[in-house]
Amino acid sequence: MDTNTEISAHILVPKHRKLSIEETNVLLEKLNISVNQLPRILQSDPAIRHLNAEPGEVICIERDSPTAGKANYYRVVING
Amino acid sequence: MEMIFKKVGSISFSLLSPQQIKKMAHVKIVTPELYDKEGYPVEGGLMDTRLGVIDPGLRCRTCNGKLKECPGHFGYIELGRPALHISYIKAIYTFLQTTCKECSRILLDDEDILKYQGRIDKLKAIGKEDLVLKVSKLARASAKNVKKCPHCKAKLTPAKFEKPSTFMEDTKRITPIEILERFEKITDPDCLLIGVDPRYARPEWMVMGIFPIPPVTMRPSITLETGERAEDDLTHKLSDIVRINQRLFENINAGAPEIIVEDLWDLLQYHITTFFNNDIAQVPPARHRSGQPLKTITERIKSKEGRFRHNLAGKRVNYAARTVISPDPKIELNEVGVPTLIAMELTVPERVTEWNIDWLKTFIKNGPKVYPGANYVLDGMKKKKITLETQEVILAELCPGQIVERHLIDGDISIFNRQPSLHRMSIMGHKIRVLPGKSFRLNPSVCNPYNADFDGDEMNLHVPQTEEARAEAEILMEVETQIMSPKHGLNVIGCIEDAVTGNYLLTDDRMEMSREEAIELLVSIGLEDSKKLQALKKKVTGKEVFSAVLPSDFNFVFDKVIIENGQLKTGQIDPKTIGEDNGTLLRDINRSYSEAECVDIFGKIFKLGIAYLQKRGFTITTSDADVPEEVREKSKNIIAEAITSVNDTIDQYEHGRLKNFSGKTVEETLELLVMQKLNETRNMVGKMISKTVSDTNNAIIMSKAGKGNILNLAQTSVLVGQQALRGKRIERGYKNRTLSLFREHDKSPEAKGFVRHSYKNGLNPVEFFFHAMTGRDSLMDTALRTPKSGYLYRRLANALQDLKVEYDGTVRDANKTIVQFAYGDDHIDVSRSENGTINIKKIIDEVSRKTK
Repeated sequence: MDTNTEISAHILVPKHRKLSIEETNVLLEKLNISVNQLPRILQSDPAIRHLNAEPGEVICIERDSPTAGKANYYRVVING
Repeated sequence: MEMIFKKVGSISFSLLSPQQIKKMAHVKIVTPELYDKEGYPVEGGLMDTRLGVIDPGLRCRTCNGKLKECPGHFGYIELGRPALHISYIKAIYTFLQTTCKECSRILLDDEDILKYQGRIDKLKAIGKEDLVLKVSKLARASAKNVKKCPHCKAKLTPAKFEKPSTFMEDTKRITPIEILERFEKITDPDCLLIGVDPRYARPEWMVMGIFPIPPVTMRPSITLETGERAEDDLTHKLSDIVRINQRLFENINAGAPEIIVEDLWDLLQYHITTFFNNDIAQVPPARHRSGQPLKTITERIKSKEGRFRHNLAGKRVNYAARTVISPDPKIELNEVGVPTLIAMELTVPERVTEWNIDWLKTFIKNGPKVYPGANYVLDGMKKKKITLETQEVILAELCPGQIVERHLIDGDISIFNRQPSLHRMSIMGHKIRVLPGKSFRLNPSVCNPYNADFDGDEMNLHVPQTEEARAEAEILMEVETQIMSPKHGLNVIGCIEDAVTGNYLLTDDRMEMSREEAIELLVSIGLEDSKKLQALKKKVTGKEVFSAVLPSDFNFVFDKVIIENGQLKTGQIDPKTIGEDNGTLLRDINRSYSEAECVDIFGKIFKLGIAYLQKRGFTITTSDADVPEEVREKSKNIIAEAITSVNDTIDQYEHGRLKNFSGKTVEETLELLVMQKLNETRNMVGKMISKTVSDTNNAIIMSKAGKGNILNLAQTSVLVGQQALRGKRIERGYKNRTLSLFREHDKSPEAKGFVRHSYKNGLNPVEFFFHAMTGRDSLMDTALRTPKSGYLYRRLANALQDLKVEYDGTVRDANKTIVQFAYGDDHIDVSRSENGTINIKKIIDEVSRKTK
């Protein structure tokens, strides 16, 4: 299979976006947690490859939700 | 024994080396005998008093501790010939496969050794010890099936494992002695490469030359009533081992032929194997004289009756009762009927105060054998049993501060449970109602949350013993707090069976009764509001009677049912408004009123339905399944039409004119079309029946209110319909046909399980056979599926059990890591919603009405 396919363009892949440092701080403050309490995502995850995210950065995923329509999910980038 | 308090830093698991076994042993066991002629333990026997004490009063000869102080001490025996440890048989096999039989080096050349060693060192350097095992797995894989030793150049033949515990090389057996010799020569670095840390587990320790004897404290003997001693299963097994070991020694020393020695050696291996695990394939389990298999070490730990699931995860409690359940519609929803017998056994501790001392004295006066009595009085640490003799003294000495354990009385809170406890509502708080009889009584409306019926179901009852527990049970667990299901936001408790039918018939537009009748009905269900009774006119409609149980400020609209200010204006009450799992009316009542009011209203609606139906009477006759001529004619036409249409489709198919649906073959398309048409037919018949048949027909009434479905009537009176096996028409039987009386490849409805007759008119033999096929299939299906889905649910529940919604609305696991950022993505508590959404318009309407 062609590994260079940009899967983020696929209709079923939800929108991934890097959070700025300010946004991250607001989020962490709101949830009253440290970064490592967030769910993780691998740096090599195909869905965020195009973002060139570094470990420690937070990714915001806008997902479709059957209950709420749209829902934001946050994951911290880790090595691997 | 002195207590030592320390915090556990880490635990490591390792093999016991022979040196360690000897070091921790206090006794060398030399004889299989347990007791001498006088009944004292034999010195050097398996019950030697140096191994620990199991009799009260005796002292341990090793540590001088008493029964509860001495933890027991190990002993050991020297085995005449070494034996393999059955639990490590796989590991032994890997070592035999991956090492050389001559030089005991790992079967990798120096280059490979360096390669793997390098990888392991690298992983250790970056602190990823957990990945080391993966590297050794690779190393092991490449060391297997090597033909020539890379170190000593010896020619190798792969070792073969023969279950349960022998290894062969070519046709020669590798004896445990040889294994021991080979393993002893394996170097420490090679061990590490293979994946075993030699500091904790040298490979030769998996072959036992010296055998530890566990302390008597873990295999206590019990004295039977006859005075005989019954030894523990482990002791039996150990004496077998010691006995055989002795004979082995004797034979070796006497220079017996090798065959005899080997036989005994095998026997020793067998006993040692079954000592560790008595449930191994190819090994006949060791048995008692009665034929029942011995419970040895593995069996003590493993499975449902093992140490984990039975003793550690499963705890037993006091102040609990279990008995058969039966229904009692006359008790309240939140009550449970408790047999007097049980009420006299279970107690509530009640602290004596100045204000309740006289009241408590009445209980003590009754004693333990007269119903509302008491069983014990606690005075500080002392527990005094109330008996005829002690009664006087206790009564005289009773003073504030003491605690009386009195019998259960009406109104005590209890926790009621039915297994399997699959959801929150499987354990609810009930108020106790002491009743005669021997079964627990519960209001049939709470069967649904417990998933109980009365075909022999048993349930458990617990009595909370502290104020805190009672408060929790009342506030968090009582039935009225559990009415709304967190699953879909509808009531799990509602009207069932005749309560629905009763209310349905009562709220019929034509229903009318006299004032006297209405009052009699309402008073009989406990309505005492005289204002409401006085408001009744001379002629009362059924809707007015029903309205009498509703609160006068209640408003409700659903379909045709309209309630304004507590008056049912239009519409008929049916399962959609007061039924289980979808009673919108009950849901709205629950929203608007307090829990106590709510139970009261629910109870009244329920009782009103039953009372009215009992007064009116309800039954069914065979003629209820007789449909009018008109219906019969019409349905005949519908069926005939369907069959011609189906035959048409088949005709098209046979002439190759049928176009297939995308993704389907022509055959599949045909089946799909035919199935669709035939199933449609039955529904059409059902619809027509419900339209044309009089609504005073009892079967129709049941299909609308109560258990039942219009299809039941359609099947009884007009058409049973297509029989389906696994979602398809019936196909199996003979070659290309279902029965021998059809032609091959016959696709017609009657050849594929279409039953065009009704139950009442009777099925023909072919139809009957098809019907029996699906009947048997669904029976099998339910019987096989229930345990499967049960286990599936159990795994799911265990995986999700400690997810919890925190105060900030996030869902987190036990480590407080976030699983979901907003509960359900929308923060909605389903049990307070309408089908997962919040009806804001309704809330605004309600608030604005209230503020007006």
